[in-house]
Amino acid sequence: MNYGVNEQGYYGDFGGAYIPEMLYPNVEELRSEYLKIINDDDFKEEFNQLLKDYVGRPSPLYHAKRYSEKYGANIFFKREDLNHTGSHKINNAVGQILLAKRLGKKRIIAETGAGQHGVATATVCALMGIECVVYMGEVDMARQAPNVSRMQMLGATVVPAKSGSKTLKDATNEALRDWIANPVDTHYIIGSVVGPYPYPDMVARFQSVISLETKKQLLEHTGKELPEYVMACVGGGSNAMGMFYHFLEDESVKLVAVEAAGKGVNSGHSAATTFLGREGVLHGSRTILMQTEDGQVVEPYSISAGLDYPGIGPQHAWLYKIRRAEYVSITDNEALQAGLLCSQLEGIIPAIETAHALAYLEKMKFNPTDNVVICISGRGDKDLDTYIKYFEY
Amino acid sequence: MNYEPSTMNHPMNRLNTLFNTKKDNLLSIYYTAGYPQLDATLDIAEALEKAGADFLEIGFPYSDPVADGPTIQHSSEKALENGMTLHLLFEQLANLRKRVSIPVLLMGYVNPIIQYGVENFCKKAAEVGVDGIIVPDLPIYEYESLYAKYFKANGLSNIFLVTPQTTEDRIRKIDRLSNSFIYLLSSSSITGGNLNVSANIEDYYKRIKAMNLNNPAIIGFGISNNESFTKACEYARGAIVGSAFVKLLGTENYLEKIPAFIKSIKK
Repeated sequence: MNYGVNEQGYYGDFGGAYIPEMLYPNVEELRSEYLKIINDDDFKEEFNQLLKDYVGRPSPLYHAKRYSEKYGANIFFKREDLNHTGSHKINNAVGQILLAKRLGKKRIIAETGAGQHGVATATVCALMGIECVVYMGEVDMARQAPNVSRMQMLGATVVPAKSGSKTLKDATNEALRDWIANPVDTHYIIGSVVGPYPYPDMVARFQSVISLETKKQLLEHTGKELPEYVMACVGGGSNAMGMFYHFLEDESVKLVAVEAAGKGVNSGHSAATTFLGREGVLHGSRTILMQTEDGQVVEPYSISAGLDYPGIGPQHAWLYKIRRAEYVSITDNEALQAGLLCSQLEGIIPAIETAHALAYLEKMKFNPTDNVVICISGRGDKDLDTYIKYFEY
Repeated sequence: MNYEPSTMNHPMNRLNTLFNTKKDNLLSIYYTAGYPQLDATLDIAEALEKAGADFLEIGFPYSDPVADGPTIQHSSEKALENGMTLHLLFEQLANLRKRVSIPVLLMGYVNPIIQYGVENFCKKAAEVGVDGIIVPDLPIYEYESLYAKYFKANGLSNIFLVTPQTTEDRIRKIDRLSNSFIYLLSSSSITGGNLNVSANIEDYYKRIKAMNLNNPAIIGFGISNNESFTKACEYARGAIVGSAFVKLLGTENYLEKIPAFIKSIKK
């Protein structure tokens, strides 16, 4: 089975580049250059050096002993939360800023939901001395205020997206509009495996370092490269795709992707895309998205700003359709409880996004010999307010 | 060889007739169906024809219109709140050809068309007397491989956009795939901007004109008054006014104001 992208930018039925003509030259420039650039030795050297010295990679693979005891399997945490800026988002930001430099771009734009991708982008722009504008939904700016301040301190301009639900999808719309108006000097650093081809493939490649390291580290821990299960949370799906990437063709490895059910899949307040969505086009690619019968995008809901997105990346849509990965969902309450559990059992306060993946452990049935890798995509500092309100500390 | 020029696959539609009979200063007006009132679609179309518009673009609203500026975003949001859907629009357009004789295009984003069903959408559009379709986020590759057969079978023209950044090769390709007109963007921008005719843009218009394309060019985006309309008509067969008209629809007694509005553009 081929899980990768074809020459037209499709994963089976999904992908492509459904973009207005105004974006065609930008996207075409990327499409024709990205593989050449990222396969260049000079690029690889600079990318790997920055991942090592600046991001702090490789991120540890930690054998979570108390979790293993509780759930009756060998549970490993892939610690993306320990990266500089606190999540996996920095891997992609570093890759894309180096690419943007080689394309001669003078200005960077980005969208952000939880603010993690915005912070990562503002960070690499500061590092390279490039102007940075981040679009963020007005609602998200309120619930992730510390990240707004971080971006500003890093020198970025944060522009509130005031249309629609004022969350991640609207921030993405505004970033696309900016790119239409600034086609020549600006590079758009998309933060997830979404958007028109080549973004889903490009972002997946930059995040694939997660599973590349995991294989080596697992071999050291267990004497085997392959675990029985690999788990990650999915909004657009970039940490999950990075976590799955080098396991896709190892068919014995079961892949579990955890979506945000919000207040419940059938509550009308959910972001569980594969449960509630149908095939269509969102933000430039054919994928699965939450929509009305008339094809209007439905406003999603999740307590976690990073999972509050009505679609998933096209490669995820394909993995879902052909059942290579299992897509499941976890409610706000289940996620918050899991966040508390992880804090008190392992001394790790996870991002609420990550807590969705952790919560699904409750629903799994393991053999005692199973090795399970779960991607700790980000740390929970940004979510303290939400946790505190919920648990009334 | 099976090659036939695409216009031979179907009879000349109203767009071709218009371009063959009227040579220049063509004015097209865009508006969003369902805005400001749900049932105003045909009243507005009829008023525009009477006032002297040469053809019309009726927008069907979408929740995430990335190529549109605040004015058309707002009209789309309102239209959706009012309950506009493609099904309802086609019901309203059932009487289109009893009331309106100028060419009519539908304009909107691809996802609502996919959900309606591409083949059904094309059949229905042809049945109510629509002449062409503009889908800004339908790329050439997908159009050719999946959509063109339905457009052709139903005698619908597909209108492609060209921007100042579009390469000559690509413009030639678009010209080959077109059979009524090419939608020339005044600049790389979203809708609702102001047309500043800089030296660069004049060069771009001249470059397109010098290419001697088979299809006429119509300029859109940023055309809002007589000055920008007249300027656009120096280089193209006509121009499209969208946001400026949608703004008028946001005022009271807009139907009565339509004749003066058209007059102010055309003079």
